[in-house]
Amino acid sequence: MSLSNEMVQEQLIAKFGDQVSQFATSYGMLSFESPKEINLKVLQFLYDEPSLAFTFLTDICAVNYPNQTGAELVVVYHLHNLKENIRLRYSVSTSLENTDVYTATKLFESANWMERETYDFFGINFVGHPNLKRILNVDEMDYFPLRKEFPLEDQTRIDKDDEMFGRG
Amino acid sequence: MRPVRFNIHPKEAEIADAIGMGKAPDGVPGDGFFATQLSSVVGLARKNSLWPLPFATSCCGIEFMATMASHYDLSRFGSERVGFSPRQCDLLMVMGTIAKKMAPVLRQVYIQMAEPRWVIAVGACASSGGIFDTYSVLQGIDQVIPVDVYVPGCPPRPEAIIDGFMKIQDLVGQESIRRRNSEQYKALLNSYGIQ
Repeated sequence: MSLSNEMVQEQLIAKFGDQVSQFATSYGMLSFESPKEINLKVLQFLYDEPSLAFTFLTDICAVNYPNQTGAELVVVYHLHNLKENIRLRYSVSTSLENTDVYTATKLFESANWMERETYDFFGINFVGHPNLKRILNVDEMDYFPLRKEFPLEDQTRIDKDDEMFGRG
Repeated sequence: MRPVRFNIHPKEAEIADAIGMGKAPDGVPGDGFFATQLSSVVGLARKNSLWPLPFATSCCGIEFMATMASHYDLSRFGSERVGFSPRQCDLLMVMGTIAKKMAPVLRQVYIQMAEPRWVIAVGACASSGGIFDTYSVLQGIDQVIPVDVYVPGCPPRPEAIIDGFMKIQDLVGQESIRRRNSEQYKALLNSYGIQ
């Protein structure tokens, strides 16, 4: 019998109870949330449970919601069950003051560079990561450029006429 | 009658019209000798045998490939020898977006070039960052190395690149052989932190 989103949701609720929440399906893809403290337990369960077998980590990324006080940063895991060809989206949220999230590198080797990228752009501190340093931006950069508090334009520039760029 | 009439009797081109000779500098000609300044002779030799080093990172580099190729033919200007070793080249042609992470590499390439050396920034990105008004892109290569000629365009047409190249040739031809030892030049390099 093939796996469905409802079966994944039932198994997660049976295992974690009300710690997993916000189940939703958009464009046929299941998404849910949990507190950031149990992120490894959830990922491990999804990996180890033979009937779920989400053994492939497609992507890790982050989102910045500046208006969600206390949960400004959201880390999103995209998982894939290669056998059943089912994907899901799992997210944990964290505050700007304490950006610690447990690293998934012990479970997925591929999480190494993805977490470095997420750290590079959003400043998520992945606790236990073997080599958490910038991967794409220059090492001297002292801010996390994709956070909403930093406008996309380079604020340090002096060579362009602001009026020509709609900033006058 | 064909809708478009071609000239079936084109004028035969005079071969002499198609050959450009380097113009002799001002001087005193005489029987078997020609007296002029050393600077102008050196300038004449340098400007007609510039070895470009293409530093092509994006679409402006594609335009430069067209400029090098047979249709626009940069070798007409004495630079068919495009070198890919900074040690041997005179002219650094920076074509394309330079990310901030690429800036130290570009600077290193510039430092590796031997004097005299010239730099041309081709296109909006190399000149000013262009449309990439963002955290990751260097806002003009003149923040890390001195630039002699800027070519505008996004990307510039080969004609524009050739025009910029001819501007460089004018600079090279008129440059005093003492310029690179001058205080102003040393101050310019020092302002970029290059010795």
